[in-house]
Amino acid sequence: MTAFAAATVASTLAACGGGDEGGGGTAAEGGENEASDIGVTEDTITLGAHYPLTGVAAPGYSEIPTGVQAYFDCLNQEGGVYGRDVEFVYKDDAYNPTQTSQVTNELVLEDEIFAMMGGLGTPTHSAVVDFLNAEGVPDLFVASGSLTWGDDPETYPYTFGWQTDYMSEGKIIGEYIAENFPEAKVGLFLQDDDFGEDGEAGIRQYIDDQIVAAERYTPGNTSVGPQIAALQAAGADFVVGFNVPSYTALSQLTALQLGYQPQWFYSNVGSDPTLVGGLLNRFSEGKVADAALLDGALTTGYLPTVDQTDNPWIQEFQRIWDECGGEGELTNYRVYGMAQAYTTTQALQAAGQNPTRDGLVEAIEAVGSEWEGPVFAPFRYSEDSHMGTSGMSIERIVGNGSEVVQDVRVTDIGDAPIEEFDKEPATPPANAIPDEEPYEG
Amino acid sequence: MSDLHSPASTGTAGKATDEAPVLATAGADAPSAPAETRRSFLPQSTLLRHLLVLAASAVLAVALLELSSPYQNSQLATLTYYAIAAGGLTVLTGMNGQISLGHGALMAAGAYTTALFLDAEEPLPLPLILVVAVVVATAIGALVGVAAARLHGPYLAGATLALAVGLPGLAIYFHDIFGGEQGLRVRAPRAPEAFGSFIEAVSGNSASNTKWLAYVGTICLLITYFFLANLVRSRIGRTWRAVRDQEVAAELAGINLGAWRVLAFVVSAAAAGLAGGVLAIVVRLAAPSGFTLVLSLALLTAIVIGGLGSLLGALLGSALLVFLPPFVTDLGGDLGLDQTEAAQLAPFVYGVVLIVAMIFAPAGFVGTIRLRWMTAKAKRASARAAGANGG
Repeated sequence: MTAFAAATVASTLAACGGGDEGGGGTAAEGGENEASDIGVTEDTITLGAHYPLTGVAAPGYSEIPTGVQAYFDCLNQEGGVYGRDVEFVYKDDAYNPTQTSQVTNELVLEDEIFAMMGGLGTPTHSAVVDFLNAEGVPDLFVASGSLTWGDDPETYPYTFGWQTDYMSEGKIIGEYIAENFPEAKVGLFLQDDDFGEDGEAGIRQYIDDQIVAAERYTPGNTSVGPQIAALQAAGADFVVGFNVPSYTALSQLTALQLGYQPQWFYSNVGSDPTLVGGLLNRFSEGKVADAALLDGALTTGYLPTVDQTDNPWIQEFQRIWDECGGEGELTNYRVYGMAQAYTTTQALQAAGQNPTRDGLVEAIEAVGSEWEGPVFAPFRYSEDSHMGTSGMSIERIVGNGSEVVQDVRVTDIGDAPIEEFDKEPATPPANAIPDEEPYEG
Repeated sequence: MSDLHSPASTGTAGKATDEAPVLATAGADAPSAPAETRRSFLPQSTLLRHLLVLAASAVLAVALLELSSPYQNSQLATLTYYAIAAGGLTVLTGMNGQISLGHGALMAAGAYTTALFLDAEEPLPLPLILVVAVVVATAIGALVGVAAARLHGPYLAGATLALAVGLPGLAIYFHDIFGGEQGLRVRAPRAPEAFGSFIEAVSGNSASNTKWLAYVGTICLLITYFFLANLVRSRIGRTWRAVRDQEVAAELAGINLGAWRVLAFVVSAAAAGLAGGVLAIVVRLAAPSGFTLVLSLALLTAIVIGGLGSLLGALLGSALLVFLPPFVTDLGGDLGLDQTEAAQLAPFVYGVVLIVAMIFAPAGFVGTIRLRWMTAKAKRASARAAGANGG
């Protein structure tokens, strides 16, 4: 458990760690860097990912890799991980699984990445999860809240989730409604896939008797009129949406047309006010200028957001974006990318000076649940679970930001209870570069 | 062979009249030239000739697969399913003059069939599963073909467009069977042991699963193209061209237009079904987002760029689809663009290539080269004839 002790006082260690190159991992062993596995050379580690950089899913999501890149660029300036530069190769899959399969082949066979990091999307990543596990490529921190990535490590020993899964999110939302809106007649607005299904399963554990209607939409369909009208007709005065951002905008516009004004609650995925505001503007052809419609809606959070300018993580990420980022502002998507890069750095440090693919997986299983970082609640990594973080706060959207209405609570999939999470939020170490001890097995 | 044919007839052989569509389908018309006027060492029988080409292609394919890297193996596997579908489409569009924007949906039918059958406790042998995929796609193709036989041009395009948009939607509607938006994950079949020893004997490479899938795709591709090449050189192919070029003349000759159009659609759908089956095992997933309208349009652009009606053209067009985007992305990266910009460059360059091809090579690669070659030959022959007359 020495690793844990070191992690909690990371900032102090980083300042006085003897042979350590600017906080980039303690080279205490004093050995030489070796090309210890595919994708690792004496002075580089290559990671890969797939994102929708073009096509319908590109707005928002295409910003994530720029955040990751900025973080790794700044990390490399400070000495990287054990003196190795982290090289991040990301490819466009246009949110099309066929292309995901092609670019993943390219990443694994041609670019010879050490590990995958933050591959985005449930249908897209589904196409490559078997291949990555068959090839023994660590598949870290899939950018999707599906349970697939973490609930069955025997089938997918190399794959790890990262963000709060949709079922745990549903449970936390359900409990919040049961406690704070016991009289509400709840309608559900669900994406018709695992996302909506897992969310619904979670929420029904707490407020099954309060739910008066559950309406589903098919992604790609541009009208949600029937669904919103059905929720209105069922008398729902509190609508919970498990939907993507474009359907947040569509549901708001449709409700506006129908004169329907329930209390809205959007799950984390669909609630970025800046992106939704832009979409509202575009869909309404300028008649709705910004996210004002979303004012007062509830949502969940597991990461600090850019509007919290006094949050030390956001301040550090802002500095990183200013120093190492490209054009544009720091956005919540870029924060997401940086936070994933931060966890990845922790994993690489824990894998030791000369990491192997299997050693990396072993290290995450052993010490991953002890890492602290920008994510509010700890990860659930162990030999039996590869699920990511388990906790969420409940927030109310105000303008382009949000205020916390319920502090972080943690839970797990299945019928695990929900508990309050009373640990103090972690503060960033120097330069926002973690300093994890290598896991010795 | 005698040189009795006048030079002019070489260029127009296979066309009903001089007014028949010439340029766009030049690639399709050329192989129909019945009696080659040049001496040839190839056997005269079409079947024998095609068997020879098939054997040569097989040797070439093995050489290509063994000399290329694992990643290029995976690219070639991707190429095979595009090429199989494009081959079927080029027969439909180039030979029979019917346009289809719905081939992506027919591929989906093949892919979902393969996925469902491979998911069984004890799956059937892979060749049998691919045959079932072909049968299912053929059945759907027959249904659509019956409707399509009555439609022309833009109306046909519209009807098949509905297929492309609608069919993948069924997978979402019946999500208990088809897995909805996530789709069905496909357990790619393992290579038999004989394959490992074959590769060992040929090149000494290790027989990875990627390589096995590339070989499965290649075998399917060769079989498909062998069948299609024979078909278009047969009476059936000639009848299709007659239907395409001169409906009235064809009907007067006793050809039932509707029946032949349905047949063309069915053949083409069968190829699409096989392509879908190969796609499913190569991509390891059958999901609606893999079969959007973009796929159908990509197939259409591939056969147009390659040369309508030419199987070689379909292969070249598919190769462009597979190899151009990564090439452009890498090039963009080398030129200092960041990876997002480089990714956005690929569709742009593809569009430019398409436009340039349409301006400078309106008959596609193969069609244009064939036209040039035939024009040159005709000129030489007429010069020779003039010289002979003069002497």
